[in-house]
Amino acid sequence: MPTKKSSQHISQRYDDELAAVKSQLFEMGGIVEKQVTDAIKALLEVDSELAKRVVIDDNRINDMEVAVDEDCGLILARRQPAARDLRLVLTIIKTTTDLERIGDEARKMAKQAITLAEEGKAPRGYVEIRHIGENVANMLSQSLDCFVRQDVELALKVAQEDKAVDLEYASAIREMMTYMMEDPRSISRVMSIMWSLRALERIGDHARNIAEHVIYLVKGDDVRHVGLKQMAKTVHDE
Amino acid sequence: MTTMTVDSNTSPQSSQEATQPVADISSNGLDSSRDYRQTVGKIEVANTKMSMRDVNVSYGDKQAVFGVDLDIAKNEVIAMIGPSGCGKSTFLRCMNRMNDTIEGCVVSGSLKLDDQDIYDPKLDVVPLRARVGMVFQKPNPFPKSIYDNVAYGPQIHGLANSKVELDEIVENSLRKAGLWNEAKDRLDQPGTGLSGGQQQRLCIARTIAVSPEVILMDEPCSALDPIATARIEELIDELSANFTIAIVTHSMQQAARVSHRTAYFHLGYLVEIGDTDDIFTNPKHRLTEDYITGRFG
Repeated sequence: MPTKKSSQHISQRYDDELAAVKSQLFEMGGIVEKQVTDAIKALLEVDSELAKRVVIDDNRINDMEVAVDEDCGLILARRQPAARDLRLVLTIIKTTTDLERIGDEARKMAKQAITLAEEGKAPRGYVEIRHIGENVANMLSQSLDCFVRQDVELALKVAQEDKAVDLEYASAIREMMTYMMEDPRSISRVMSIMWSLRALERIGDHARNIAEHVIYLVKGDDVRHVGLKQMAKTVHDE
Repeated sequence: MTTMTVDSNTSPQSSQEATQPVADISSNGLDSSRDYRQTVGKIEVANTKMSMRDVNVSYGDKQAVFGVDLDIAKNEVIAMIGPSGCGKSTFLRCMNRMNDTIEGCVVSGSLKLDDQDIYDPKLDVVPLRARVGMVFQKPNPFPKSIYDNVAYGPQIHGLANSKVELDEIVENSLRKAGLWNEAKDRLDQPGTGLSGGQQQRLCIARTIAVSPEVILMDEPCSALDPIATARIEELIDELSANFTIAIVTHSMQQAARVSHRTAYFHLGYLVEIGDTDDIFTNPKHRLTEDYITGRFG
């Protein structure tokens, strides 16, 4: 019977290649996470220097996406991975796309932060940014954690949280509308807040995507577009 | 159906197949304590062509196949994979009693072609082998002309009443084997003068000339280059419209490409059987996964 040793491939280099691309992805995940928290911080603390750094650093994420995809392509060509190896490579390719998009959303927020900082006085709506921002940053961090630990329960939790974030986003948008109606002079600044909220909501969607990829990786079942109930069933093997 | 997990953090899953509670979850989480002596997956098929039950094969003291149950459906391509010495070729050879020729080889259990017991002592193996043809690892054309290679079988089985009929069988067989265009102008030349890939297609033409119902292929491409291999694989796909095909292969990619179902053998046991698409993306047994992902073998 196989022992723990059999979790390694006969080809040590194949193991190394998979490990390398995985660690590249996790490194990318770490940078993306920081970009998101920095972008939120830049918004809340009206820190245009920090925001500018976020905009510049987004290029690093783009480069990493290309590098990870290239390595995955080489593994597919060289090793013809099957079963969980195949699912791992597919999951990495998809996750890198989501991470790159999250990076783009962080850059959008940073740009709004720069605009707002130039305009001076802070508009209302920061409470919503802070609240949804915390939730979304937490979701992103959990989605990466569940990948590292291959924890499907946590993945399910991320997907459930996304639903809550979507509701909070809808209510925040209604709030912003009332601000604009009350004070039309604030419209352009409130719009900046709305764009930022929109970016956060999108980041939540991407974090959910990553969580779904993880469930596919671990369970072998595709849980995209199936709804939370079915997802829970897959996770609990019902 | 049973479940799998891919991580040590998740809790152990109970398993239908396991006779005892699963105690050990190894580093990637598929339960390795599941007994490989019990087959995972559905053995039965609709539209059964061949049905094998509790097949045991021994060479003298050494048992090579242990209690294999497997059905093969009409017009399906079933691939048998597994490391060397896993019993897959031995099992394949039981299906047209090719093991009869091996001294000391004892086969027990029930093997049926339609409802015919293959191991019925009263059964004549010659017509059986016409119904269940075989293609071997190394192309082995007779030292005769291309025409005679294909015509020989129909002649001895009395399938042609005239030269015209025989010509027709030869042409059809060569066409089905994808060799007609290359061979039609040199039918009188020796079959051994063809290239390796052409010879293998000639052997396939020879096999299908007697209108078998099942074709057994024992690593039919392992002596061929990638282009000849691709042609044989293409051919297997076409042949499955008319024949039932069981193929033993060392190439997992080949199994993934050509077969509808895949059977994984390990140490003489059938460990897992399932749709090829599932076996190669989401196998249920740890041993299957380790083998197809290149973790041991």
